[in-house]
Amino acid sequence: MSAPAVQSEVIPELKIVQDATCTFCGCVCDDIDLSVKDNHIVEAKRACVLGKAWFLNHTLDDRPSCLIDGRPASLEEGYDRAARILTNGKYPVIYGLSDSPCEAQRVAVSIADWIGGIIDTTTSVCHGPSGMAFQGVGEVTCSLGEVANRGDLIIFWGSNPAESHPRHFTRYSLMPKGMFVPNGRKDRTCVIIDVRKTKSAKAADIFIPIKPRADFEALWTLRALARGIELDAQQVLSDTGVELSVWQDLMARMKAAKFGVFFFGMGLTMTRGKHANTEALLALTRDMNAHTRFVSKPNRGHGNVTGADNVVSWRTGYPFGVNHARGYPRFNPGEYTTTDTLARREADCAMMIACDPMANFSQSAREHLASIPYIALDTKDTPTTRAAAVAFNVATYGINTGGTVYRMDDVPIPLRPAFDSPHPGDFEVLTAIEDRVKKILGINA
Amino acid sequence: MTTREYTRISQGTVYDPANGIDGEVRDLWILDGRIVEAPADPSIRPVRDIDAAGLVVMPGGVDMHCHIAGPKVNVARKMRPEDKRRSEVLHRTSNTHSGTMGAVPSTFATGYKYAGLGYTTAFDAAVPPLGARHAHEEFEDTPCIDKGFYVLMGNNHFVMQSIQNNEYEKLKGFMGWLLAATKAYAPKLVNPGGVEVWKSRQGGNVSGLDELVEHFNVTPRQIISNVTKAANELRLPHPVHIHCNNLGMPGNWETTMQTMQALEGHRGHITHIQFHSYGGGDADETTFNSKTVQLADYVNSHPNVTVDVGQVLFGETTSMTGDGPLGYFLSNVYGGKWFSSDTEMESGCGITPIKYKNKSLVHALQWAIGLEWYLLVNDPWRVVMSTDHPNGGSFLAYPQIIRLLMDRTWRQDVLNTCHPLVRERGVLKDLDRQYTLNDIAIITRAGPARILGLPNKGHLGPGADADITIYTPNENYETMFELPRMVIKSGRIIVEQGEIRDPLIGKTLNVQPDYDREVEPHIQEWFEKYYSIRWRNYPVDESYLHESEVVPTKE
Repeated sequence: MSAPAVQSEVIPELKIVQDATCTFCGCVCDDIDLSVKDNHIVEAKRACVLGKAWFLNHTLDDRPSCLIDGRPASLEEGYDRAARILTNGKYPVIYGLSDSPCEAQRVAVSIADWIGGIIDTTTSVCHGPSGMAFQGVGEVTCSLGEVANRGDLIIFWGSNPAESHPRHFTRYSLMPKGMFVPNGRKDRTCVIIDVRKTKSAKAADIFIPIKPRADFEALWTLRALARGIELDAQQVLSDTGVELSVWQDLMARMKAAKFGVFFFGMGLTMTRGKHANTEALLALTRDMNAHTRFVSKPNRGHGNVTGADNVVSWRTGYPFGVNHARGYPRFNPGEYTTTDTLARREADCAMMIACDPMANFSQSAREHLASIPYIALDTKDTPTTRAAAVAFNVATYGINTGGTVYRMDDVPIPLRPAFDSPHPGDFEVLTAIEDRVKKILGINA
Repeated sequence: MTTREYTRISQGTVYDPANGIDGEVRDLWILDGRIVEAPADPSIRPVRDIDAAGLVVMPGGVDMHCHIAGPKVNVARKMRPEDKRRSEVLHRTSNTHSGTMGAVPSTFATGYKYAGLGYTTAFDAAVPPLGARHAHEEFEDTPCIDKGFYVLMGNNHFVMQSIQNNEYEKLKGFMGWLLAATKAYAPKLVNPGGVEVWKSRQGGNVSGLDELVEHFNVTPRQIISNVTKAANELRLPHPVHIHCNNLGMPGNWETTMQTMQALEGHRGHITHIQFHSYGGGDADETTFNSKTVQLADYVNSHPNVTVDVGQVLFGETTSMTGDGPLGYFLSNVYGGKWFSSDTEMESGCGITPIKYKNKSLVHALQWAIGLEWYLLVNDPWRVVMSTDHPNGGSFLAYPQIIRLLMDRTWRQDVLNTCHPLVRERGVLKDLDRQYTLNDIAIITRAGPARILGLPNKGHLGPGADADITIYTPNENYETMFELPRMVIKSGRIIVEQGEIRDPLIGKTLNVQPDYDREVEPHIQEWFEKYYSIRWRNYPVDESYLHESEVVPTKE
């Protein structure tokens, strides 16, 4: 496990952890100074409201580390039972992973490989369509520091960072005084495109409220304007809910920008059109590079969902929804993605890691999950852990355990844990299960 | 002494050019992962005796330029499910992970396939410093081979700023610091200066060595000369690895010539030189021709310069490069999907699917120019086999290249299937040189190991790592080299006849040069002003290197 040593200086009773990394959202801010006293974080300097809640509300609970069928059990018994469930299954599914460090994600992929199961991540229910769109047209993108140093036109589409990524504006996209935008916010124009006036809209110079479910039409309107194609004003208005002149003005600004940026969220990827919407946005971004420099980035949600995409990709060749049943990786979103496998009542056992499908999957998927033996790893008591055959109460990554997390722009960042937990981390639990799975299956890799 | 566990490889026909052994039947002794002298006491018996009578024994192969790990490699995997779906797959076994192939294999597949081919060391050629941690994580999942990477520096803002301000010592200190912070092996220049221009404006690039890079007011020539000098003064085992400006452009041979001259006599390596050896002008296909003769003459008379080829093979592949403007150019040529990513302060990246066709004049010329390079550099120690995997083709094509070099009849047969004008636009048809097994051992292991400054690789003398490949001779050299009889890594048998036996993880090769620590506060000040991550979270610590070997700097 690649856990950096805890960098800390001890003042009597108060420990300071400098440059700790917050894993609450995809911003993965790595500049948080934590003050720790008696296994409690009393201050999280520079953290946003979500980050403060993440750090300051964290307490060590005295629940048992392992429950089997709802009753306290030893970890050893839990590992044994988990390995038996996974090796007895004909169609196992391993899912979640977006709030686990990469080191644990790698072990999870190994287990899926050994047992011939599915490995899938929460990407399949958030930015999965972005991943598929990317496979269709590619992507023109950059690291977040490029936005901070160069971005002069920042467009948020179906994304509300003021509430979902509170430090996005100040750290990366709007406020920073960058190398080529020395006056920070004054050198940038911010446009928000959404179906409702979100909290983020207050930060915008221009807010464009589009008709719900019209993202695809709006994006193709812009693609047409980028190419200089004449459009029917009446049709544009009825298709997008926005006057053609507004789109024309936006396109003029896009062409005049030196470095334009689209940040997009689930308001684009999970509404009508799904991957076709993202594909239109990625294609538009590509088109814009015939006029100026333009990039796009999904605003990823979970702390390490980007790490999960990377780990699953480097080990299997595919980003999510990967099936090992034939002894090698196959990829087919919609078929091998977890909600679908569960809703079709195909999976016969599962392992849910750092996710809560019992709270947010469709009813048919939840019903089937409740009917099969499954293992759950979580830091908290959740509907998913409560119905699990084996539930592990694990340490929290970034607070109790180290490891590596990938920011939404694929930049890997190390974690600096604040204090130990009596519970094992995802990495320890998964490694122990993998050891047993290998023993049962006679694998000596 | 008798308790020591020796392994002996008996009576193989050994090719060990670094030690002047050209096809001699002899025994090799291995102890604790290293080659040793035969024990003086004749009563000592090896614990394991490998009968290599009638077989060819060489050091393990060394690939000095490939793309196998890190951010852009992984994006290329993610982006092309269609490429994997129709390719070979690797089944999980009781001792190996499953994997996928295509142009960019998954990590485990990469390790197993390199080992299966008799290669035991490979270097990724272009990792952005900010992605170093990612590359090391992938290395840990790439078994069987030792590996390292070159870290991108040619468009780094601190590098350009130091040159602009005439702060040569700062530049040198920064290079030492960056290599140590990223646990890299060598500095890499990719289209020096040009990528920064691409990042700053539409279609941006530089067109020659003396064009100013906006904002930084430095020229590619200054970047090349200063970095090369500093790298040599840091006494790096492999001072600098250069991807020249103007890759792929007709007429770019003059840029390549000027780049070699800009080394000013210092040691430097020009990579995938095939892509930089073109005559003609103005992106005009009708004038496209080979300038290998002129460039190879320069290489032949300048011992400070080494090259690897970047051979093109016919078929489909995925192009991936740290050369952002090149990615844009190629995506416009092919019209397929295109990935581009700019990394703050450091670098760019471009990825797009491409296809080389033997009936295309340009592609066939590229193929021929690659072969011309092997045949026109007189000293095989200074030209290295590479396909720039996966850019020219897969590393799995190496056996095919070996056959093309060792069998001129077959080479001419393939040439005859190509676009007819290739015969006029280059000199391949006139070259009847044939490589020997000793030559092949040089360009695939002994030579790259020496150019990389790896004292324990590429040879079979006492002290060398016991990385050994045993081949079954065959009159078809492609057959001989594509399926080694046995591959030994660090003294352990890892592959037998294509089957993985003992998939060890392998080491990470890196350098930790001495540099002036006084430079660090200056770097920190600059870093904290512009980077989006914290200074303290940037360096990759030892825990990311499962097994590290620090290769010493030159005496």
